[in-house]
Amino acid sequence: MDAMIATFLIQDGVTNGAIYALLGLALVLLFSVTRVIFIPQGEFVAYGALTLALLDGGKVPATTSLLVCFGAVAFLFDLWSMRLGTDVRTFLRSLALNLVLPGVIYGITIVLAPLDLPSVAKALLTILIITPMGVYVYRIAYRPLADASVLVLLIASVGVHLAMMGLGLVFFGAEGLRAEPLADDNYTIGALMVSAQSLCIYGATIAIIIGLYMFFERTLLGKALRATAVNRLGARLVGVRTHLTGVTAFTLAAAIGAVSGVLIGPITTIYYDTGFLIGLKGFVAAIIGGLASFPITAIAAIGVGLVESFSSFFASSYKEVIVFGLIIPVLIWLSLSGGFHEEE
Amino acid sequence: MKNRFFAGMAPVAVLSFSLFASSALADVTIGVTISSTGPGAALGIPLKNSVELWPAEVGGEKLKVIVLDDAGDPSVATTNARRFVNDDKVDVIVGSALTPASIAVAGVAGETSTPHLSCSPVPPAISKGKWTFVMPQDAGLIARNLFAKMKADGVKTVGYIGFSDSYGDLWMGQFKAIGEQYGLKVVADERYARPDTSVSGQVLKLVAARPDAVFVGASGTGAALPQIGLRERGFAGKIYQTHGAVTFDFLRIAGKAADNTIFASGPAMAPEALPDTAETKPEGMAYVTAYEKKYGPGTRTQFGPHINDAMAILKKAIPVALKKAKPGTPEFRAALRDAIETGGPFPASQGVFNFKADDHLGLDDRAVVLFTAKNGKFEITK
Repeated sequence: MDAMIATFLIQDGVTNGAIYALLGLALVLLFSVTRVIFIPQGEFVAYGALTLALLDGGKVPATTSLLVCFGAVAFLFDLWSMRLGTDVRTFLRSLALNLVLPGVIYGITIVLAPLDLPSVAKALLTILIITPMGVYVYRIAYRPLADASVLVLLIASVGVHLAMMGLGLVFFGAEGLRAEPLADDNYTIGALMVSAQSLCIYGATIAIIIGLYMFFERTLLGKALRATAVNRLGARLVGVRTHLTGVTAFTLAAAIGAVSGVLIGPITTIYYDTGFLIGLKGFVAAIIGGLASFPITAIAAIGVGLVESFSSFFASSYKEVIVFGLIIPVLIWLSLSGGFHEEE
Repeated sequence: MKNRFFAGMAPVAVLSFSLFASSALADVTIGVTISSTGPGAALGIPLKNSVELWPAEVGGEKLKVIVLDDAGDPSVATTNARRFVNDDKVDVIVGSALTPASIAVAGVAGETSTPHLSCSPVPPAISKGKWTFVMPQDAGLIARNLFAKMKADGVKTVGYIGFSDSYGDLWMGQFKAIGEQYGLKVVADERYARPDTSVSGQVLKLVAARPDAVFVGASGTGAALPQIGLRERGFAGKIYQTHGAVTFDFLRIAGKAADNTIFASGPAMAPEALPDTAETKPEGMAYVTAYEKKYGPGTRTQFGPHINDAMAILKKAIPVALKKAKPGTPEFRAALRDAIETGGPFPASQGVFNFKADDHLGLDDRAVVLFTAKNGKFEITK
């Protein structure tokens, strides 16, 4: 082990850690606003990466049809809850959100997919396709359970995870896909070779962290989300629409997942079931952050990436054991310090 | 009164049902358990697709084929196998696609005296059993051919990187068992998991160990990750891959990084390139043509042909067994087993099977070809 290898390992660890940081942030965001431990977060990543890879091949990704299906199911849910009487406005809004929006995205994709767009445009199209899924997943699986306990929400998460993984297998097939890099250049800094793709990853992670900070500090919706996070009932009493905050949180999480997928798709092979393991590592970081702190989660994610990269060098057979073993001392420490107390 | 009526009717119902069932049993029934979902889906789906190419009848008897999914889970595979034997009264079980699930099926087959054609290599303890026959090439056969090629290429030191599961252990085990005979020394042993997003650490360690060649013990597109990593880090030596990695998806994912890599493979991946005298050519051509006609060009895999080969064996064995007993009876199952064990050689797409009482693998060097990847294609290595 020399300094050269160490710098390579650090670089690799930070690149992966930045992705885990994005996922960890999404998990913390979702948990604090909706109390959902969102296991399927990784599926958004896999869907994003696979969608981008299919767009690279000039094909219409199956996620667009999936989006239409999700929208249709969400519309049926809305119809069912409207069965006792409704007004035209609610109906039209539901129609626009659940049927027109996915239809428009479907149309845009069909037109744009064969055109061989520049890679940034493909990345944006991918994010456009994946993001609304957050809305529908919330509408279908979590909104009916909004007042249930954390445990029930966790069980629902497991169900959503299994369903999304199965749909991934049906729509993308069992073999993996690799997307083309957003930018193909390489830069040498001293002995270190840095690819433009990893610079994209660092840049996007930092931008999203800053964006989330601005959103929570400066916008009314962000403040409403924070209010819901602090006290759900209290927020409702002062007029915050908690369903709206739920939808916003899920949309943000899906968007962050899609961005992570776009970033990670070109540097590795992504399978329909890869998302789970990536999401789980983000989850380790989120747990270290007590499912509450954004900065600790981000730093912990970089740590997870570094531990992973160094343990894959020194003891590749035990890499997963070491990474997931990290969580145990943290849980002991959290339970001893009493900083994390049960809501129920 | 009502109760007594039902009590009287029940035996009648059971009797008529069993009469009805036994009349349906005249067909030869085949139970197929395959992992078309779960971690083995990449292997299981081509197998499942290939079942659809099976003929409707063999030796004048109609085939009744029941396909169940086991998700690669040994306990589900056991349940499937028990269902086949108890409810469907199958004459032969085919599957599964993954080794742990196949071991589970072999257990049920042995216990219930049902012939079993495994589509995954099982450990010697199982393949030496009385009822299980193995379709794929075993690791020893492939390893002997690959190691001989390494020796011919002048390789002395090998860096190994493989899956952190039984598949990875299998190939490391071959180095330990027979590597020395070919003058090979393993200088690094690294592992990774298929869903890993990075193998940089392992690749750095491999490159630092300065081996003459790297051997990758992984399957499907998962085998492409170290391949790309090694080339990115400037490893210029030869890379060797197992038959698990020979898929067109691998070439698609690895792109230029795959060039000049040596692959061991079954002949069914490229029957067109074989000489006309090859015994595996007719079955291989027939299978590949039918498969790609149905599922599109370039969809053939290493795994699907095992299902074709199972049928190639059954096509010859079932008529022999039919002379001795009627399908659906224990006598027929025993006769079928004997016909498979002694009726060889069976020329099939992945090799020529010649089973013996102490050899349920049945394949020889005719079941292995070596490929070199060049410009996104597999070319046969002379």
